[in-house]
Parts: sequence; structure tokens; C-alpha cells
Amino acid sequence: MNPPIASLPFVPEQASTVAPQVDAIYWGLVAISAVITLGLFAVITCFLIRYRSTSKADRTMERLNPTYLEVTWTVIPMIIFIGLFVWGAIVFAEASKPPPGALPIYIVGVQWYWDVRHENGRREIGDLHVPVGRPVQLILTSADVIHDYFIPAFRTKRDVVPGRYTTVWFTATKPGKYRLFCNQYCGTKHSQMDGYVYAMRPEAYQAWLDAPNGTGQATLAQTGERLFRQYSCSGCHGANSGVHAPSLDGLYGHDVPLQGGGFVNADEQYLRDSILRPGTQIVAGYKPIMPNFQGQISEQNVIALIAYIKSLSSTPNSVAAQPPDQAMPPSP
Amino acid sequence: MNSTSTIIEHAPTGTPPEPHPRKPDYLNDGYGLKSWLTTHDHKRIALLYLICITFFFFVGGWAATMMRLQLLTPQGNLVTSETYNRLFTLHGVMMVWFFLIPAVPTVLGNFLLPLMIGARDVAFPRLNLLSWYIFVFGGLFTMYATISGGVDTGWTFYTPYSTTYANGHVIAMASGIFITGFSSIFTGLNFIVTTHTMRAPGMHWFRLPLFVWSLYATSLILVLATPVIAITLGLIALERFAGVGVFDPKLGGDPLLFQHLFWFYSHPAVYIMILPGMGVVSEMITCFSRKCIFGYKFVAYSSIAIAILGFIVWGHHMFVASQSIYAGLVFSFLSFLVSIPSAIKVFNWTATLYKGRIYFHTPMLYALGFIGLFTIGGLTGLFLATLAVDMHVHGTYFVIAHFHYIMVGGMVMAYLGGLHYWWPKISGRMYNEKLAQFSAAIIFVGFNLTFFPQFILGYLGMPRRYPYYPPQWQVFHVLSTAGASVLAVGYLLPLCYLTWSFFFGRHAPKNPWNASGLEWNETDSPPTRTNFDKVPIVTTKAYNYPYPMTSNE
Repeated sequence: MNPPIASLPFVPEQASTVAPQVDAIYWGLVAISAVITLGLFAVITCFLIRYRSTSKADRTMERLNPTYLEVTWTVIPMIIFIGLFVWGAIVFAEASKPPPGALPIYIVGVQWYWDVRHENGRREIGDLHVPVGRPVQLILTSADVIHDYFIPAFRTKRDVVPGRYTTVWFTATKPGKYRLFCNQYCGTKHSQMDGYVYAMRPEAYQAWLDAPNGTGQATLAQTGERLFRQYSCSGCHGANSGVHAPSLDGLYGHDVPLQGGGFVNADEQYLRDSILRPGTQIVAGYKPIMPNFQGQISEQNVIALIAYIKSLSSTPNSVAAQPPDQAMPPSP
Repeated sequence: MNSTSTIIEHAPTGTPPEPHPRKPDYLNDGYGLKSWLTTHDHKRIALLYLICITFFFFVGGWAATMMRLQLLTPQGNLVTSETYNRLFTLHGVMMVWFFLIPAVPTVLGNFLLPLMIGARDVAFPRLNLLSWYIFVFGGLFTMYATISGGVDTGWTFYTPYSTTYANGHVIAMASGIFITGFSSIFTGLNFIVTTHTMRAPGMHWFRLPLFVWSLYATSLILVLATPVIAITLGLIALERFAGVGVFDPKLGGDPLLFQHLFWFYSHPAVYIMILPGMGVVSEMITCFSRKCIFGYKFVAYSSIAIAILGFIVWGHHMFVASQSIYAGLVFSFLSFLVSIPSAIKVFNWTATLYKGRIYFHTPMLYALGFIGLFTIGGLTGLFLATLAVDMHVHGTYFVIAHFHYIMVGGMVMAYLGGLHYWWPKISGRMYNEKLAQFSAAIIFVGFNLTFFPQFILGYLGMPRRYPYYPPQWQVFHVLSTAGASVLAVGYLLPLCYLTWSFFFGRHAPKNPWNASGLEWNETDSPPTRTNFDKVPIVTTKAYNYPYPMTSNE
């Protein structure tokens, strides 16, 4: 797999859709830098030779106003730089927003390994298996310190921050085995928190997913459903509950009206915050009666719960967006 | 007088026969350790700083040497990851806070600011001495943290690692930096007041040497930014010690808050490091091309522009840190903007060479090296400011290479150049010119060999702070380590021949370079205790050199 040392690559393999775009900007920057550097060095060298102390070169010059020159060498770089800024910003903006329908994979960074969950419940530690030709969205969080998920061949990385979800998305283009690194210093074995990304043809990926991982596996959403009962979430949020708690059917991805005005989009981050610190964003019309789960549910289980809540959205009834009635809940 | 101090043992009076009895100067103004440790003389304080800073530089350099040796092989046979993590933390902390930030202002700035503006001392001489004591105290604190087990957080102290998870003497090291910060603030304050109130008659603002302008800009940043790092380190200690939730999400804090606070100081701190170096280069380029600087006001104002813009680009360290993409756009744009004043300086230095009379003495070699390396460092900064490219190279060796081109290629070259340029004034002695030119060349070659391969490594994906790496990258690491050993020789040579020349060198004339400026023309080498026999009256602009020869003047 590894190219022989003699070939001395200067860029890593391009294995995602964004890689050629990043490389194009990179080579553009290299070209501009080379022109500026070599041009400047040529001019300096000429001056150094021509006006060396022993030379008899003519040194009289017209008295000149520096302003014109100063404006020239301020404005020209400025134009080039703004062009570079726009180019880089466009590619970055595209690479930051996952397309709808991207395949979600959940990853928790732990000192010092990656705990990866696929939707069907397949779990892997360290490495990552993805299909080629399909957008993949990694939903990342950390159980302890800040990590960073970096796949050089895909030209992408994102910090993995405790307490929040960050996202990387890519479309792998070439089947293969690529290095991945933790790129944010995270302690003693930071350098050993690496692994490989296996980009596979869709059939191969499916086969890999289906290969049972020892015991009969539940999907991530099924695990979430089990936890939903285990943590007694169903006691209030369940369909037959007498407690006045917001229904979770169809919640994911919709705007939720908040107590005190405003809306928040019910994305993964919102769901996470609402489980762990429910007091911070109260749905309009409800009392803040939900207990705090901070420190009681592991990141991995929070992810399973979220996957379960997301699975409830496949039925297209948007309850959360409708203002609920103002009835008082029964005493808890 | 007894001669207890090592400095005094070799005092000029004890040196080989001199043609004339030595005139009184600041070096022989008093003898004994006490006369140095209680001095209020800005020139002596500068020398005290020089000794400490050189020591810290070689401590940091030793850590770098160990790291480069470890990286010679992919599997790293020298130290464990635990030790390696402590080494790069030590290297970063020593180099940033105990060398790069203080070096030019406290050594060259302290020595030259009063001389350049025609003053007898800085505005607050006792405060100046106090800030040296604080610096030493902070340094000792940090050394204690190192010796007693070290810290493995990296110089960036990212939370929640540093507050909750790291073992090691985080609080002790943070305290060392905290204490040293006061030294920075006092020095900055002193320089600002000195520049405002102590200028000689006729030395108005646009007659100031550009080094003074750059020191002034630097002092503004020192005074405004340093309190922020002090507060940040204080909060780290609070969270680590008392469990108050500020940065750790488990305690209800926000880890990103730390990065905002840290870079709000540490990005301006980059300009604290490089701005004085730029001032030094302006002095050397003009002197050794015998020509007035091209576009004086543009160079002067660009220092101020850098100081101001430097405060609003901190977010470019956090493009992939889960900061909002819109914040990323703003910080990316501002980062491109901050490169403009630096570009203006480079172009003006180049234009200064035009139709000058160029001499290739050692300081000029350093100045030319600075321009070359700073240009590469600056341009590769654009790669990092470009959002899409940063997504790939953030946190890799590309970043390492970039900031070493600015810090070592820029700042250290300027510092060494300045030290050679003003050495005759500081020591009253000349060093061996050929040897000095040779070591300047060695440093230039060694530097490029060390750090250029790291750009390639970075784009290939080599992350920072890894003691091990995939074997196919070894060739670049071997080149880099080879370069580092050349570089080490280049740094040890000046240590030897400058020290030697301080005691045994040929006596320097008042103005060996035929330079303009009060420090060269109105004072002896070395200057007397009070700098000037009578207060100079300034009647001409700075850089009163024979060129440019204008045809219609």
C-alpha cells in the first residue's frame, strides 16, 4: 500500500471529492508564493550585486514620492489575497455543511482510541469503515479531552470537543486503506490514537456491516430504545404517559419553540443538551420538570438515545413544531 | 573592590595591555556582584537580561535537540511519549515566554531605547530592575516545575486536558508564566512612557529610528495583551485547584472559551516577537546600504497597523475547533489583511537597497536572511489563513514549519543580527568578522534544512506532537534532524566568539559601521554611565546617510 520511499510523494493520495479542490488551492498558493518569492529574491540579488560597495554604478536618482509605489504594492497583494480568501472560503463552506441524506456514523473520542458506531449497531474501535461514492457524515464527540479527527487522504479534519457534537463529512472516491490521526494533543498516548480508514465499495461495506460482531447485534436505534426505557425516559415521553412532556415523534430536524421566545433547531446538539442539561432550553408550554442526566449517561449511550429519537422522525408528523396545549402536568 | 562576580573577574581593566588608560564607561562604573544586582542603569540591566535569556534559549534548544534526535527514527528509540510530551512543552514554554517575547525588547530595547532617543535612562529605572527580578523569579519557578517532573500539556495548555486530565506541575508552570507576565507589562509600560517623555530636544516622532517605533508598537501589545494571559492562566489554576467549572464541560464550562482567551493573547504575542525584529532589520538595512529607509512613514505606521490588526485575528487558530463557520470567514479575511503591513515592510526594505552602497558585514547578512525567511514564513501564513487549506494543514508540521520560519527565521535572525550590529556598542569590543559571517551562513543553511522539509511533511499529514510516525516519512525527518545539528553549531559559535570578544576582542571605535543615529555618534563604545556628556539636540531626520543621492536636491 505504501509508496516506495524513492518516489518521495509531496502530497498525500487524493481519496475524497474535496481533496482535489483543496489541492488545487494549495498548488495555486504554491505558485503565487513561488512567483512572489523568486521575484523578490531576483530583485534583491540584482540590487546587491549592482550596488555592492565596490561597484561604480550610478547612484543618483530623481527625488521621488514613495506614495505611488506604496499604494501599488499595497493594492496588488490585497487583490490577490482577497481572491485567495474567497476561493478558500467557498471550498470550506461546502466542506462544512453535510448534504442531506449523508450516512451518519457516530464517533466518540476517548483517551486514547476512537469508539465508532454505525447505524446498524456495528461497532469498531480505532479504525473506520466507509463506503465510497456516498456522502458520509461523522458525528463526533469526546468523552474526555479535545481530540481531532484527521484523515489526510480526504483533506479534512475537525476537532472532537467534549460537551458538543462536531461534524466532518466527505465522499470517499477511491477504495483503499488510509491513515487517520488524532490531530489535537490529548495526552500521553496522543500519537498512538491513530488508525486506518477503509474506504470500501458499497457492496463490500454492506457485507462488512452485516458481518455480526460476535453476539447478535441490535441496531443503534434499538439500543437507544432499550436505554429509553432503562433510563425511564419512556415514563414521561412515551405515547401513553400521563406526564406532560413533549412528544419526541418527528422531533429531529424541526424547529422547536422555546420558553421565552425564539426557536431552536432540534439537531443532535440540541437533543444531547436536552438529555444532559434539560434546564437550559425549555420547550414553550412545558415545565422544567425533567431531571438532569449530566454525568449519568455515557457519551456512547447518549448517541444511541439520539439515534433512537432520530428514528422516530421517519414518521412524518411534526408534533414539536405545533404549540402544545397549556394544560398543567400532573404532579410528578 | 573585590571581584566576586564572574563578569567583573574579567573586567576590562584586567585585559591585555591597552594603549590608553580606559575611560570610565558603564561597564567599569562599579565592580562586584552588588553593583550589578542593584544597578538602575538600563545598559547593565540589558546585560543581565542577555545572560538570562541566553541561558533559557539554550535550555529550550536542548529540548529541541532531544526531540529532533527522537524523530530520527519512526519508532523513536530515545525517549518515551511521556518524556517527549514534556520536552515539547518545555521547548515551547522556554522559547516563547523566556526567549522570543523578551529577547529583543529587554536586551536590545533596554540597551538602545534611551541611547536612540537621547535620554540618560528609561523613565522608571527602578521599575526596570524590578522587571528583571520578576523575570528571573518567573524563570526559576518554571525551571522548578520542569525539574520536579515537568508538564505535558504543550505550551498551549488546552483545556480540559490541562485543567482536569494532565498530571504534572501545571499550576507551578502556569505560575511561572503568570509572574513573568508582570515583567513584560512593566517593561512595556516603561518603554511607552520613556518614548513619550524622554526624547531629546528636536527628536520628534518622525525623527525616531524605526526600531523605536517598533518597540513602541510592541509595548502597546505587551501592556494590552499580557493581562489576558494572566487571567487565563489564573482561571486554569482555579479550575485545576478548586474545581471551579470554567473550561471543563463536565463542570459546566466551555473548552472553546479557553482557546479564545489564549489566542487573544497568543496571537498578538506573535507580533510581540516579530515586530521588534522588524525594527532591528530596518536599522541594519539602512546602515549597510548607506541609504535612508524608503517610505519611512509607511514602515512606521505599518508597525502600528500590525499591532492593531494583530488583536483581531486570533480566531484563525480555531477554524476547525468547532468555531462557527461565519466566525471562520471573518477571521480568515482579517488574517489576509494583517499580512499587508508585513508585505509593505518587505517591499520597503527591498526598495531601500536600490541605489545604495551595500556592505556585507555580518549584521547585513542576518538582515538579508531575515527578509528571505520572513517572506517564506509570511507567504506560508497565507496557506493557513485560507480556510480550505487550513482544514488540511491545521495542527500539522506545516504549521510548525510556518511559525518557525517567522520565529526562528525571522525573530532569531533579527535578534542575532542586532546583537552583532550593536555588539561593539554594548561590549566596546569587535568580534571576528570572518567567523561571524561564517556562522551567519551556517545558521541560514541549517535553518532551511531543518524546517523546509517540515512543510512537505505537514502537507503529507504528519501531525504535531508525535514522537512516532509512519516510516515512509522518515527521509524528511532525517533531513530535518541533520539541519538541526547544523543549526546547533551555528548557535553555539556566536555564543563562543561573542563571549570571547567581550573580554579579549579588539577595542571598538565609537562608530565602527559609519552608522547614523545618536547611539553611534553621540556616545562612546561602550557608553558612559549617563550615556551622553551633554543632552544631544536633534536637527536631522533619522537615517541621515549619504544615499539616496537625489539629482535635484
